[in-house]
Formats: sequence, C-alpha cells, structure tokens
Amino acid sequence: MAIIERETEVMVPVTVTPTSTYGVLKRPVAATGWRAWVFTVDHKKLGLMYGATAMFFFIVGGVEALLIRLQLAAPNGKVLNADLYNQMFTMHATTMVFLFVMPMAAGLANYFIPLQIGARDVAFPRINALGFWLLLFGGIFINLSWFLGGAADGGWFMYAPNSGPVFSPTNGIDFWAFGLQIAGIASLTGAINLIVTVLNMRAPGMTLMKMPIFTWMMTVVQFLLLFAVPVITVALFLLSFQRNFGARFFDVAAGADPLLWQHLFWIFGHPEVYILVLPAFGIVSEVLPVFSRKPLFGYPFVVFSGAAIGFVGWGVWAHHMFASGLGPVSVAVFSLTTMAIAVPTGVKIINWTLTMWGGKLYFSTAMKFSIGLIVLFTVGGLSGVTHSVAPSDTQQTDTYYIVAHFHYVLFGGAVLGFFSGFYYWWPKMFGKMLSERLGGWNFWLMVIGMNLTFGPMHILGLQGQPRRMYQWTEARAGEGFFNLAFWNLIASIGSFVLAVGILLFLINIVITARNPTRAPLDPWNSRSLEWMTSNPPKEHNFDVIPAVHHLDEFFHRKYEEDPETHTMRQIATAEEIMAEQERNADKHIHMPSPSYWPIVLAAAVPVITFGMIFSHLIAVIGGVILLFAAFGWALEPSTAPESDFENNSSQGTALDKVGH
Amino acid sequence: MTDAVAHGHDSGTGISNIKLGMWTFLGSECLLFGGLISTYMLYRGRVTGGPRPSQIFDIPFTSVSSFVLLMSSLTMVLAVSAAHKNEDRKTNIWLTVTALLGATFVGGQVYEFTAFYNEGLGFSTSLFGSSFYTLTGFHGVHVTVGIIMLMSLVGIFKRSAVPGKKAEVVEMIGLYWHFVDIVWIIIFTLVYLIPV
Repeated sequence: MAIIERETEVMVPVTVTPTSTYGVLKRPVAATGWRAWVFTVDHKKLGLMYGATAMFFFIVGGVEALLIRLQLAAPNGKVLNADLYNQMFTMHATTMVFLFVMPMAAGLANYFIPLQIGARDVAFPRINALGFWLLLFGGIFINLSWFLGGAADGGWFMYAPNSGPVFSPTNGIDFWAFGLQIAGIASLTGAINLIVTVLNMRAPGMTLMKMPIFTWMMTVVQFLLLFAVPVITVALFLLSFQRNFGARFFDVAAGADPLLWQHLFWIFGHPEVYILVLPAFGIVSEVLPVFSRKPLFGYPFVVFSGAAIGFVGWGVWAHHMFASGLGPVSVAVFSLTTMAIAVPTGVKIINWTLTMWGGKLYFSTAMKFSIGLIVLFTVGGLSGVTHSVAPSDTQQTDTYYIVAHFHYVLFGGAVLGFFSGFYYWWPKMFGKMLSERLGGWNFWLMVIGMNLTFGPMHILGLQGQPRRMYQWTEARAGEGFFNLAFWNLIASIGSFVLAVGILLFLINIVITARNPTRAPLDPWNSRSLEWMTSNPPKEHNFDVIPAVHHLDEFFHRKYEEDPETHTMRQIATAEEIMAEQERNADKHIHMPSPSYWPIVLAAAVPVITFGMIFSHLIAVIGGVILLFAAFGWALEPSTAPESDFENNSSQGTALDKVGH
Repeated sequence: MTDAVAHGHDSGTGISNIKLGMWTFLGSECLLFGGLISTYMLYRGRVTGGPRPSQIFDIPFTSVSSFVLLMSSLTMVLAVSAAHKNEDRKTNIWLTVTALLGATFVGGQVYEFTAFYNEGLGFSTSLFGSSFYTLTGFHGVHVTVGIIMLMSLVGIFKRSAVPGKKAEVVEMIGLYWHFVDIVWIIIFTLVYLIPV
C-alpha cells in the first residue's frame, strides 16, 4: 500500500501514503480506520474480508438448514409452508456453495498463496479487491430477493422448464441468476489473478514441484474455475434472457430441449464439486505432515492426483443425469469415468494415511479436523462410488441418499478441512492461538452432530424419502427400525448438535480475541514459507524474498540431517531465521497503492442487474458508473509513482517525521 | 510486485503478468463461446413458423463484413509492431484504423440485425432466433468492447499517461482483438456457411 523505508534496524514499519496521482479522483490516503479496509488492495486484508463474508453467509445458510430440519423433525411440519420450504432449500444450497465454501477457499487462497510462494502480493492487487467486492455485492443481491417478493425456489440446480416464469413468477430466480453472475465474475477474476500469481511470482528457486501443496491444490481449483465459470455464465444468460427478454431457450412449446440446461449446468456443476473440495484437500495435506512430524508421503502423487482430479472432473458430469434418459452408451461411458475418478481421490486418502503412519502424531485440534476429514470424506466417497452404478443410481436419484452423500463429501470434506485450516493458521493470521480446549469440544460436537444429521439420511433415502419433500405423514413413515419418523427426528436433533459445535467456534473466536497472550512465532513447528515471517505478517510479507532450495523450505532452514545417525537435528529456530531476515531487510519496497476504483466498479454491477429486473433506466445509470470507474481504473497506475512519495518522504528524513 | 515483474523480465514464465492474465482470460472465453455455439448448433433448425436460416442470410454481405474484420487483425499487428519500435504516431494511426474496421463490422451487424428483424426474425420468434441473436450479439459486444479499449488507448497515448510499458499494453489488447476475430471465423463458418 505504501512505500516502506528501512534505514536502521529499528523494527517500526514506516508507512507513507501518496497524496496525489493522475486519474479522476485522488488516491485514498488514509492508512487507518475503515478506509484502510474499504480501499485496500492488500491480499491479506482481502483474504480476511473474504473469510469474514464467507463466515457470515455460513451462519445464514446454517440457519436456513436448521429451519429445514425443524420442518422435517415431526410429521406434518408446520414451521414453513411449501412455498417457503422450496425457497429455503434452494437458498441453503446456493448460500453454502457459492457464498460460503467458494469465498472461504478464495479467502484462504488470497491470504496464503502469496505467503507460501514467497511473494509480496498477488499479480493484480486491484482486480483482487474488485473480486472481493463483487462477491459481497453478489451475495447481498441474491439475498435481497427475500425482501422483494420471495427468493429463488427451483432448487440449486434450477432445472428448466421449472425455472421459467410460468412456474416461478416471483423475481427470486432473476435475483438468483444475476447474483450468481456477479459472484461468477469474482471467481473468474480471482482465478486469473491467482494463476498468474502462481506461475509468475514464485520466489527464486521455487520450481513447481517445490511449491507447497495447498498452493498446488488451489492452483488446480483456479483452473477449474477458469473453465467452469464461463459455462454457467452461458446457462445463466440463457435463463435470464428467457425470463427478462422473452427468449425461447427452455420453452418446450417452441421445441426447446430441457436437457440443454442440465448439460450446461452440470458441465459447470461437476468441476464445481472439485472446486469445493480440493481446497480442503490442500489444507489437510499441509496440516497432516506438520502434526505427524514427517514430510507428506508421496508429494508428487498428491500433486498429480490433484491435477488428475482436475482433468477427469470434466468427464463425469452426466452421472447427475442418469435418470433423464440419456441412452445406454452415454450412461455406460459416464459410469466408467465416475468409477475412474475415485482412483486419484483414493490415492490422496492413502497418501494422507501413510503420512501419519509411523509419525510422531500430535493431536491438536487442526490435526483432529484433518483426521475427521479423512474418515468422513471416505464415507462420502464410498457412497459416491455407488452412484457410478447407474441402475442403483437411478433408484437413488432425488432421494435423501443423495443428500447424505453430498453432505458427507462437502461437510465432511470441505467444512472440516476449513476448520482444520482455521485452527492451524489462526496464529498466523491474527497472532493469537485459538483455545485448544474449546477446540476439542468444537471438533467432537461437529463430528457427532454431522454423523447424527447426515448418517440417518442414507437410511431415509434408501427407504425412499424424496429429496425435496416438504412434509411427511405418520401414515407413510413405516414401522420398525427403518421407519422414517425415528430417523428424521435423529437427523433434526443432530443438526442442532452440529449448530452448537459451530457456535463454540464463534465463542472461541471471541475468547481468543480478548485474550492478550500472543502466539509464538512458529507454534506448530511448521514446514512452509508462510511461517517464515511475523504473526500476523507484515504488510510487505517478507523483509527479504527468500531463495528456495527445498520443498518445505522453512523446515530445511530449521533442521538438517545428521550424516551419522540419519536423524534430523535442529540448526536454527524460527526466531533466529526471522532475526536474520530483519538484519538483511530490503531497504526500499514498493507496495501497490490503495484505490477507490475496485469498490466503485463493483458497486455499479448490481445496479445494472437491478435495472435489468425492474427498470432499464437504472441499468443505464449503472452502466455509466461502470464506464466512469473503468476509465478511472485504467488511468491510475497500480503503484503510485515515486514522485508521489517524495513530498513527504524525501531521502534522509528522520524516521519519526515520515511515519504518519 | 516490482516493475520488472510487471513487465516480464523477472517472471516465472517469462511472459509479463498482464499478458499472461490476458491469455488466461481468453482460455476462459473459449468456454463461453463454446457454450453459446453449442446452444446455437442445437437450436439452429428449430424455427417454429419463423424464417429459416437459409431464407434470411445474405452470405455475400456477411462475407464482406467478415473480410473487414479479418483485415483489422492485420492492422492490429501493424500497431503492435509500431509500438515495439516506439513509433508513437504510427501506433496511434494503426490503432485508429483497427478500431474503424471493427466499427464497420459492428455497423454491418446492426444493419444485418435490422434487416433480419424486418424479415420476421425477432428475438422471441423461435429457438433459432433466440440463439442466433444471443451468439452473434455476444460476439458483437466483444468487438464493441475491443473498439472502446482501442480508442481509449489512443486517447491515453495522446496524454502519454499510459501506465506500464506501451508496447506491452498494445500487445495485450492485440491478443484480445485477434481472439475475437478467430471466434468470428468459427461463428461465420458454423452459422452462415454450413447449411442446416
């Protein structure tokens, strides 16, 4: 954000912000208060903002889930009416997928990729800021529909022709489609940004095969986003054109083919599944070696199986459509590819298990969540493989068995992975350790809660409970061990156990924030570069850009192999490595400067889409703001020029004069 | 991010950030047009009482406007070449010519759309109509965005306020422009030349 002068060894980061620039508006100058966040282009601040936004929507989506379970807890549920129930499950899925898991992964990627590759920021810091604001505004835009006539109600995959204006006359689906477009731009810009960052800005010596595994998995995710997002963009445009401008795309009377939507949606939708879960795979691949005191078993296998998932993930989409009458050849092909994609995933499970094998295991909360992921994701993976058996899948389609499956892979996979990452990286991000004691409760309540919630759904599904049924009756519940009443009640109780577990996490955050104890520099004895800087990292990340010689560079700076005993012995502590960096600190670091344009440009987009729904005049106004912001952006250099700094930081000034 | 990295001297791939970013973006655009073209190919024969493609297409006219668009790729190359030689005046001239050729193409498309509409093919007439206007409309919007970028570049050059190295920026916009032209070759072949 500013220029940092380091003339002596005094460790006071001196921040100067420029006062003038070319362009339409002057650059923001405040480096403190709310302006420091709203106009920031710092990847770490944006990462935290992504995380906070995602956490907010996690709670929103969680409350929606609890309402669904309340409705189904007892026969003839009266909590929601049928119409509201449709909106609730649609928005629960939409919120969790697009507004919680994707932004949370984007936040962690933003925060940790530059740190893990030894860079000072991402390739396009302003585009990074734009992505965050678009995501936030897109999320708000979708949820505005609750207050403007009702939310989307077609299920998260919004099948045509059910999504047409005849069957869903409110504006809910319009908000949904445009809101997802806005969030989609955020994903696309984020993908471009991080791909360029990873390919171009790694520290000297860091070849691709020396890159930390989290960065690797996130890179695969960015490629999946890059190619999957435009496909749903097309699908959403077709839907919006039909609903708002009278196009015929899904109008069966005009000869339309409803399968077009299904294909477009799932060509996006299946890679999306890996977009959701690969970040968690990256996190546990970081956490397990640290708490097993061993390097990751078969690093290249984990990398290439991740990439293989990325490729094969494009060839399995039609297993979502086995019940739609694709014909025997298509069904056979997609059955086989679905079986095939279990292989690279299995490779990962084996690698994680063998990483722990023979290690000195330390069961921190982060480690517990990672082990939880291995176990519970495997359960979800096993039910997933059963879907490749098309005759069986045809039975299970649209039953609770599917609901059970994808919650085991998404909650057991993505969510447990994120929580592992929270506990592992919290000291890095905030300089304080989350309470491990509370963490234990947090973990066990979440794991017990999720098994109580989603385990019974296997039984409910195999017994034939349809996926989107809003009420069940005593008469149809059956008898004996497999009766629906008992297992629905268990699932509902489980969901509240789960909610208490997550509440404990929020309480843990508050307690930790109030606790004055600072975290040690390297609390877990970690292995990768993000730990080779202060907690939280300085604005410019590293005083010196590290030269990389090994995979797990930080570990190899702390330990070396004793040639006689072949054991590792410590040669330096984290504090010593840090002190050496500070001694050799770069004198003159230019960081990208803050900017107004990302938030202005992002704010124009929902105005345009709002206008598309209600009045084209508003859309025109939004378009004008957009153009104005685009030109302001183009005319503003991403780093304020040297001359801007010299007014208040001429060379040789005493440090205390510069720092305000 | 230092200036050196921004311009590719010190980057991992040897390609500058902005150019690599554009390449990555264009990779994504392939899938966007892929989806739109697939939709059109699925629906091009479904006319429900409206005009058929063969009844309204004026192949000689569209061939000429396609030729104009393809020639704009040539002038774009000349602009990039001039920018690399630091010949500012020539760069500006070729950029302007490129934008004018692009505008001619868009003008042709507006004329064509008007003619088709008058012959009875509206956006809502048939699946063919909806998917034809969506596909070619998206392409037209891409060309228009390209024209805006070219003209902005000329304006910015006049004020000599361009952030980053000039040739690098011209080349990046050139990548976009060539991509849009190549997509048109595919659209022209599939939509106009191959009979339903």
